[in-house]
Amino acid sequence: MSRVSAIRQSRVVLRAAVGVAALLAAGEIIGRIGLVARNYLPPTSDVFAALWRLLADEGFGTDVLVTTGNWLLGLLVAVSIGVPIGLLLGSVPMLNEVSRLVVEFLRPIPSVALIPLAVLVFGTGTQMRVFVMTFAAIWPILFNTIYGLMEVDPLAKETARSYGSGRLAVALRVSLPSAAPFVLTGVRLAAAIALILEVTAELFGGGGRGIGTVISVAIYGSGQKDVVLAATLVAGILGLLANLALEYGGRRTLVWAHQPGGAR
Amino acid sequence: MRTILARWAVLAGLVALWELLTRRAESPFFPWPSQIAEAVHERWLSGPPSQLYLTDAVGEDVLPSLGRLLTGWGLAAVVGVGLGIALGRSQVLSDYVSPVLHFLRAVPPPALLPVFIVLIGLGSTMQLSVIVFGVIWPILLNAADGARSVPATQVETARAFRVSRAQWLFGVVLPSASPKIFAGLRISLSLSLILMVISEQVGASNGLGRSLLDAQRDFSLRNMWAVIVVLGVLGYLLNSGLLAVERRVLRWHLGSRGQQADTT
Repeated sequence: MSRVSAIRQSRVVLRAAVGVAALLAAGEIIGRIGLVARNYLPPTSDVFAALWRLLADEGFGTDVLVTTGNWLLGLLVAVSIGVPIGLLLGSVPMLNEVSRLVVEFLRPIPSVALIPLAVLVFGTGTQMRVFVMTFAAIWPILFNTIYGLMEVDPLAKETARSYGSGRLAVALRVSLPSAAPFVLTGVRLAAAIALILEVTAELFGGGGRGIGTVISVAIYGSGQKDVVLAATLVAGILGLLANLALEYGGRRTLVWAHQPGGAR
Repeated sequence: MRTILARWAVLAGLVALWELLTRRAESPFFPWPSQIAEAVHERWLSGPPSQLYLTDAVGEDVLPSLGRLLTGWGLAAVVGVGLGIALGRSQVLSDYVSPVLHFLRAVPPPALLPVFIVLIGLGSTMQLSVIVFGVIWPILLNAADGARSVPATQVETARAFRVSRAQWLFGVVLPSASPKIFAGLRISLSLSLILMVISEQVGASNGLGRSLLDAQRDFSLRNMWAVIVVLGVLGYLLNSGLLAVERRVLRWHLGSRGQQADTT
């Protein structure tokens, strides 16, 4: 790293810290001066105290683990359904064309609208949550996979074929690696969506354990807004960590890709 | 033309299969599609010809929901694009606030519902705030991304010609950010539908989310499915509308097709 970029780097970190500090300070001041009643929007220090209590509580550790476990399971199911279907539709354009209308009707159905139905069919446990997550998280994976396959350089495919590679070999050695960054972008989008749905399913589905359950107990049971905000903070941090991990993992494993596709 | 026919044929075939399977399964959770269609017809489409066959229930369920969704999404679009462009063109500003923004984006919006309820109270303002807060991030971050990547030649040309500030903003920055902005708008539209349903399940006197809640309380599976189907159709129509607008606005942009992949 050159000197200039080192200076620039430290400046970025400093500014980021100032930004975060400003937000926390604003939260503290708004909570203290009584702009809104304190038990409605507790000041930052109360939220952090609640966070501290939560983290010290063994039960909350279980809740975080349950949420994380369900979330990973949901993401896994979405990937293992979305990627194969995406590969199929992406490599047979005719199928993609013909199935489009079905997909366009299914996709916009908000998965939260399925929660009541899913609760009746699956109960309030893991199965219901995984179903709801999968329904929501499968689309970005599916679309990015299809799109990634359509973007494969035809020249590369022709070259591989003229060197005597069979269809399968071309698919595995050329198409899949070149589509992989797109698939990963899809998985990253899906991870964020799945987390939202896991917490929502816990909040609205009721029953079981999880961060969402902690939030709903804190709202309807004890009315502790500081706990609500602290648990929400934990959910946000989980999402942030997952995004960072997927981004970092993608950069390490997909070094051949300079330009991952799709939006963030 | 033939692909369009084929698409509808595939859709019809799947619905027929669904009818067949549900008739055979005789599960109380899975009413037949024809029964669902009947419920939809009865509730929303059996009005007098003078109202285009729409019933009064359309004004009770569909229109309020649609109004909230479009207002929330529109507000998020205006604010998100404005802030996003400011962030994209100012490195300093972006250094200060991006960590905060990335965190806020990672917070599952439904978890904030209770916070909004206590801050704003029940009612349309609360529902709008939830929608705006939940859907603004993809628009904001995409707009920032797009504004950041104005080609260097364009920046220098604009500078050399000393174009006015308005011309620079509306003639250079906004057009070159627009493909990304539309990608963000599309993600946000699907999210708006989700948040509309969630926010209407607490303390709304009308809307589709409310009907869903009523159906759940009455254990009326048919009505539940009917709402889900209507939400799917609504989402399909909104998406198609946005795509049509996008195609017109981005006609000049060769890569506009390339932004399709990241829809959620």
